[in-house]
Amino acid sequence: MSETLTEPHVDHDDAHEHPSDWAYIKIALILAVFTGIEVLTYFESALPIFENNAVTITTLMVLMVIKFWLVATWFMHLRFDNKIFSQLFVAGLILATGVYVIALAAFEFWG
Amino acid sequence: MATATIDSPDTHAADGHDEHHTSTGISNTKLAMWAFLGSECLLFGGLISTYLLYKTRRGPGPDNTTIPTDIFDIPFTSVSSFVLLMSSLTMVLALSALTRGDNQATRAWLLSTAMLGGVFIGGQVYEFTSFLREGVGFTHNPASSAFFTLTGFHGVHVSLGILMLMSLYVASKQGKLTPKHTETVEIVGLYWHFVDVVWIFIFTVIYLIPVE
Amino acid sequence: MAITEEPLALTSGEATTVERPLGALTRPKGGNGWRDWLSTVDHKKIGIMYGVAAMFFFVVGGIEALLIRLQLAAPDGQILSAEVYNQVFTMHGVTMVFLFIMPLAAAFANYLIPLQIGARDVAFPRLNALSFWVWISGAIFLNTSWIVGGGGADCGWFCYSPNSGLAFSPSNGVDFYVIGLQIAGIASLVSAANLIVTVLNMRAPGMTLFRMPVLTWMLLVTQFLLLFALPVITVALFLLMFDRLFDAQFFNPETGGDPLLWQHLFWIFGHPEVYIIILPSFGIISEIIPTFSRKPIFGYSFMVFSGIAIGFMGWGVWAHHMFVSGIGPFSVAAFSLSTMFIAVPTGVKILNWLATMWGGKLRFTTAMLFAVGTVAMFTIGGLSGVTHALAPADTQQTDTYYIVAHFHYVIFGGGVLGLMGGLYFWWPKVFGHCLNEFWGKVHFWVILIGFNLTFGPMHVVGLQGMSRRIDTYAAGYGFEFWNLVATIGSFIIALGVLIFFFNVWKSRRDAVNLPAPGPDPWDARSLEWMVPSPSPEHNFDAIPVVESEDEWWHRKYGYDENKRVVRIATVEEAAQDGSATGVHLPAPSFWPLVLALGLPLIGYGLIFNLWLAVVGGALTGLAIYSWALEPVDDPDADHGHGHDDHHDDDDGGGDDHAADDSEPVTAGAEGGE
Repeated sequence: MSETLTEPHVDHDDAHEHPSDWAYIKIALILAVFTGIEVLTYFESALPIFENNAVTITTLMVLMVIKFWLVATWFMHLRFDNKIFSQLFVAGLILATGVYVIALAAFEFWG
Repeated sequence: MATATIDSPDTHAADGHDEHHTSTGISNTKLAMWAFLGSECLLFGGLISTYLLYKTRRGPGPDNTTIPTDIFDIPFTSVSSFVLLMSSLTMVLALSALTRGDNQATRAWLLSTAMLGGVFIGGQVYEFTSFLREGVGFTHNPASSAFFTLTGFHGVHVSLGILMLMSLYVASKQGKLTPKHTETVEIVGLYWHFVDVVWIFIFTVIYLIPVE
Repeated sequence: MAITEEPLALTSGEATTVERPLGALTRPKGGNGWRDWLSTVDHKKIGIMYGVAAMFFFVVGGIEALLIRLQLAAPDGQILSAEVYNQVFTMHGVTMVFLFIMPLAAAFANYLIPLQIGARDVAFPRLNALSFWVWISGAIFLNTSWIVGGGGADCGWFCYSPNSGLAFSPSNGVDFYVIGLQIAGIASLVSAANLIVTVLNMRAPGMTLFRMPVLTWMLLVTQFLLLFALPVITVALFLLMFDRLFDAQFFNPETGGDPLLWQHLFWIFGHPEVYIIILPSFGIISEIIPTFSRKPIFGYSFMVFSGIAIGFMGWGVWAHHMFVSGIGPFSVAAFSLSTMFIAVPTGVKILNWLATMWGGKLRFTTAMLFAVGTVAMFTIGGLSGVTHALAPADTQQTDTYYIVAHFHYVIFGGGVLGLMGGLYFWWPKVFGHCLNEFWGKVHFWVILIGFNLTFGPMHVVGLQGMSRRIDTYAAGYGFEFWNLVATIGSFIIALGVLIFFFNVWKSRRDAVNLPAPGPDPWDARSLEWMVPSPSPEHNFDAIPVVESEDEWWHRKYGYDENKRVVRIATVEEAAQDGSATGVHLPAPSFWPLVLALGLPLIGYGLIFNLWLAVVGGALTGLAIYSWALEPVDDPDADHGHGHDDHHDDDDGGGDDHAADDSEPVTAGAEGGE
C-alpha cells in the first residue's frame, strides 16, 4: 500500500502506553484519600479550621478539580491519546462553564 | 501489556479490531463518544446551574419549608460517592484484563463495576425515599425539584451504564467479547468514567459546599 | 452493486465464515422500492428525504404565515380568534425553524459532505438514517397536536414561562411542543456527532482541512454549534415538561420559580441556533458565487476563520434577546457590547463575497441570482441587527414589528434564499437534470419582490409602534396601509413557491427531451462535480487524491507561462464515469426506523397514558439491541476489492472501504440517547 500520497497516520491513537493495573490502583488510592479529606471538611466541630467557609470551599474546589483531572487523564486515558479528544472535551467544559457562570452572574448569584 | 511496535502484526491482533484508515488516525466511534461527552457537559452544566440557582428557594409556605441542603446525610453520601469512584477503578481493570485476553478477569471486573454502580443507585434510592419521608419530594419546592432532576438525570445515566456493562458481561459469557473488542469496552468505559466525573462535581458542589 | 459470492479472505486472517442470522436480524438488500427508502443508509437518499420533507413543512409553515397575514391585513381582524392566532403564529415559527430550514440544511449537509470530502458515506450510516427517521417522527408528532392536542402550541416559538405553564396554556399544545422538540433535538444531536466524525476522519487522501470547500467548513461549524447548543434547550424543555406533567416547581413564580431561568436557557441555545440556521446558507453561496464568477473565493482562510469566529462569538451574545427582561444594566451593557462585535466576522464574509465577484466573469444563472440576493437581503437584515445591538435603541424596538422585519430579512432573505440557490445549483447532481432556468428566474424575482413587500414595511410599522405577537390591532394607529402591503407581499411569496413547485414538475417532465447535464453543468470547483449526475450510489469510482483547494477546478484548468488560466482536461477526461462495480457499501437496515417509531409512542404516553410510554420505551430498547446484534454487513455482499482499491494518480491501493460501519458486537456502545 503506497502511503506516499496519503497523510501520515498512526493506526492506533494511543502510543501503546497503558498504565499497569498497579498504576491504576495507585490513582484510585489517591482519589480515595482526596475524597476522605473532602468528607473531613464536613466535620467542623472536630476540625475547626473548616468552620471558615472560605477555607472549606477552596479546599473542596481544589480537590474536586484534581480528582476530575486524575480521572480524565488517567482512567479516561486522555494523557496518552490523540489531543483531539482532550480538545473536544475541554471545549465542552469551557463552554459550559462560561455560559453558565455568566448566566448565574445575570442572576447575581455570585453576589 | 507488552509494548510492541506499530508494525508488529501482534499489535493489531491484541489491540482490537482492524480499523479502517481514518484521516486523523483515530477511531470513528471513539471520536464520536468524546464529542458526545463534550455535549453532555452542557447538559449537566444546565442542570447543575438550575440547582445552584434554586437551592435555597424554599417555597412560599408560612413556615420555612425544607430544602435538600437541610437534610443531606453527608456521611452516607460520602460512602456512595466512594463506591462510584472505585467503580471507575474496576472499569479500567476490566479493560486492562480484556486487552490481556483474560476473559474471566474481564467478566469479574465488569460485573464488579456494574455491582458497584448498583450499590450507588441503591444509595440514591435510599436517599430519595428518605427525603420523601421528610416531605421533601419532587414537587415540594424549586430547590427539591432541581435536586431530584439533577441527581435523577445522573442516576438514569448510571443505570444506562449498568445496562451496557451487563450487556458486555453477557456478550463475554457467550464468548463474543474478545481482545478485538477492546475499543467497545473502552468506549463504555469512557461513558462510565464521565458519569463518575460528573458525580465528583455534584458531590462537591451540591453536597459539600456549605450553603449560607 | 453486490456480487454474490463467498467473501474473500480478510487480510487480518480472520475466518471467512460469516454469521447469517435468521429472521428480523437479516440485513435487507439495497434497491429502489419503497422498502429500500425505509431501510436505506445511503447519505444521498437520506439527504433527499430530508429535502422533500422539509419542502412539505415549508408549505405547512407558509400556510400558517398566510393565515397570520390574512388576520393582520386589516385592523380588528376576524379571521382568527386570539386563541387560534396564538397557535398559528407559534406553529409558524416552530415549523419554519425546526421543520423546514434546519432539515433543508441537513439535506445539503447529508448529500454533499461525503462527496465534497471524497468519501463514500458518513461515518455512521445507520445513525444517519436514525437521525432522519427520528426527526420526521418528531415533526409529525408535533403537528398531531392540532388533532389530538387541543390545538397547536400557543406560547410562541420561544415559549416563555410562566405563560407556558398549565395555568395559562392548559391544552396539550405546549406538551406536544416540548416533546416534539426533544425528539427532533435527538436527531440533530446524533447527526452533529456523525458529521463531525465524518469531516474529521473520512477525508480523501490529500484533503487537508484547509483544502475543504467553504461549504463543508460552514457545515462543520454548524455541527459543533448543534452539538453544544442542543443540550441547553434539552434542559429547558425537560424543566418545562416536569412542571407541566409532574407538577415540578421550576417556573412557578408563586413558589419561587424564576421565569428568567427559562429565558436564559432558551436563548443560550437560541442564539447559536440562529447561526446554525445561517451558516449553511453562507456555505452554499460561498460555492455558488465563485463558480459563477469564475474566480476562487476571495480570502479562503478568512472565510473559514470568520465562520469559526461566528461559531465562538455566537455563544456570548444571547441576552440581547432579553434586554428589557430586567436583567439589570450591567448585563445589558455587557451583552450589548458583545453583540456589536459579532457583526465583524459576518462583515468580513460579505466583503469577501463581493470581492469574489469583483473582476470576475459573472454568469447570472438562477443559483447566482439567489446567491447575490442572499448577500443583499442578509446585509439589510444585518444592518437592522446592528441597530438592535445598541441596547437603548433596542428598548424601543424590542417586541415590535421592527424585530420581526430584522429576523425575517436574515432568516428568509439570508437563510432561505441561499438554500433555494443551493437547490438550483445542485439539482442536476442529485436528480440528473437541471431545473428550468427561465422559470427559475421567474421564481427568484417573484420571491424577491414578494419578500421585500412583505417584510420591508415591517421596519416602518415597527418603529411606529406596532407590537409583535398580537392577534390584531385597532384602527387609527396608521398601521393599516403597510400591513395590507405586507399581506399582499406574502401572497406573492406564495405564488413564488408555487412557481418553484411548477418548475420542479416541468423540469422533470422536460428532462427526457433535453441533453443530460453531465457531471459538471456549471463548470464548478469542488469534488462532487467530478462524478456523474445523478451521483452513483457508490459516489466515486476511485477515491481521488487531493492536491489543492478547489481540487476539481484544478483538474480541469491550469496556468500557462503567462499565468493565464488554460484548460488542461475536458470534463470527459477528468470526471469519473460511475462504472465501478463491486464497491463495498454499508448495508441497509430497518432498525433506525423502528427505533424512531418508539419515540413518539413515548411522547403520547407521557401526555395521555404512561403505559403507552412503557410500550414506546420497550420498542426503542428492542430496536437498540437488535441494531447492535445485526451483523455488520449483508453476509452476501462482496468483501472483495474492486476499483476502490486504487486511488487514481496513485500506484498502490488504499483501503478505502466504505464508512467505518464496524458496529460492535455488543449492545449500546453508540450510546443512543
